[in-house]
Amino acid sequence: MEAEVKKAVKISEVKCGIKAAIPIAVGYIPIAIAFGLIAKSSGIPNYISLLMSVIVFAGASQFVAVNLLMLGASPVELVMTTFILNLRHFLMSSSVSQRIEPGTSKKMLTLLSFGVTDESFALASTRKEQYLKRHFMLGLHFTAYFAWVLGTYIGLFLAAGLPEIIQNSMGIALYAMFIGILVPAVKDCPPVLRVALLAILINTLLHFVPVLNILSSGWNIIIATVLASAAGSVLYPQEVESHG
Amino acid sequence: MDNTTLLFVVVMMAAVTYLPRMIPLVLLGEVKPPPFFKSFLRNIPFAVLGALIFPGIITSTGKPLSAMVGGLAAVILAFFRLNLIIVVFGGIGAVFLCEILF
Repeated sequence: MEAEVKKAVKISEVKCGIKAAIPIAVGYIPIAIAFGLIAKSSGIPNYISLLMSVIVFAGASQFVAVNLLMLGASPVELVMTTFILNLRHFLMSSSVSQRIEPGTSKKMLTLLSFGVTDESFALASTRKEQYLKRHFMLGLHFTAYFAWVLGTYIGLFLAAGLPEIIQNSMGIALYAMFIGILVPAVKDCPPVLRVALLAILINTLLHFVPVLNILSSGWNIIIATVLASAAGSVLYPQEVESHG
Repeated sequence: MDNTTLLFVVVMMAAVTYLPRMIPLVLLGEVKPPPFFKSFLRNIPFAVLGALIFPGIITSTGKPLSAMVGGLAAVILAFFRLNLIIVVFGGIGAVFLCEILF
């Protein structure tokens, strides 16, 4: 009897994760379609492009990889760029490690960690509950992954190219989602609002100011995140401690 | 690059993407970090969201003007705590209108 109740709870958590992932899927599918179309038009074999979405599962770095391949970059350059672009997930994964419900098995963590993306992290880490349920995370990560692979498949094998105006409009989707997550989370909490604004300021300086703008956007995001988070911990240790 | 090399490159890309995702989650779980580091980790979502949004958003639609209009629409909708789906479609709709009108 108890086992059945536990199973029902697990299923409802997975469903909750799937539901929470819908905005991510809305953002991922058009971008993945665009990735499929671009990869196809650049002459990369379809099975390799699909494999990229299946085993790499990291949007920005996949676009960059296609771009670098067209420019004739070396294998080392491709792997290094991917590493640097995705190193920010190290920070996100460290942050999630403190929020995931205690008692989660290593095996489950090994599986869940594959699905840590900017989008799933943003959604999960700003949730109100103290601990993130592992089955919620499973539903969230699986749905986002499914949308990414499905979109890539559509782009490679089904899509004939969306009208440019639709493509451009969909480009805002993930950013709108980030805004939709960030704004309510920081609205009533000035310390974290300042942390977010400081990160924006640092990232903007690193991006535009001559002399500073020598690094890739991957490094810029890492530096801005580390500096702003550290500054927040120095300036507001108490407030932030009680948050989340 | 021939297809065998390319296949190998994609596998390496997968490895260097997966390891930074996996290592902290599997190894840090049982570690009780000192308070400063704990508060640092709690700040990361807000800092990373800020850094992901700006300035990347400017080039997201092909035109800075429509991107800023879409971003502003999303901020307004998000401020009133509307459902995330509404924020996303509101942003898309605002960009679409802007691209038609200008």
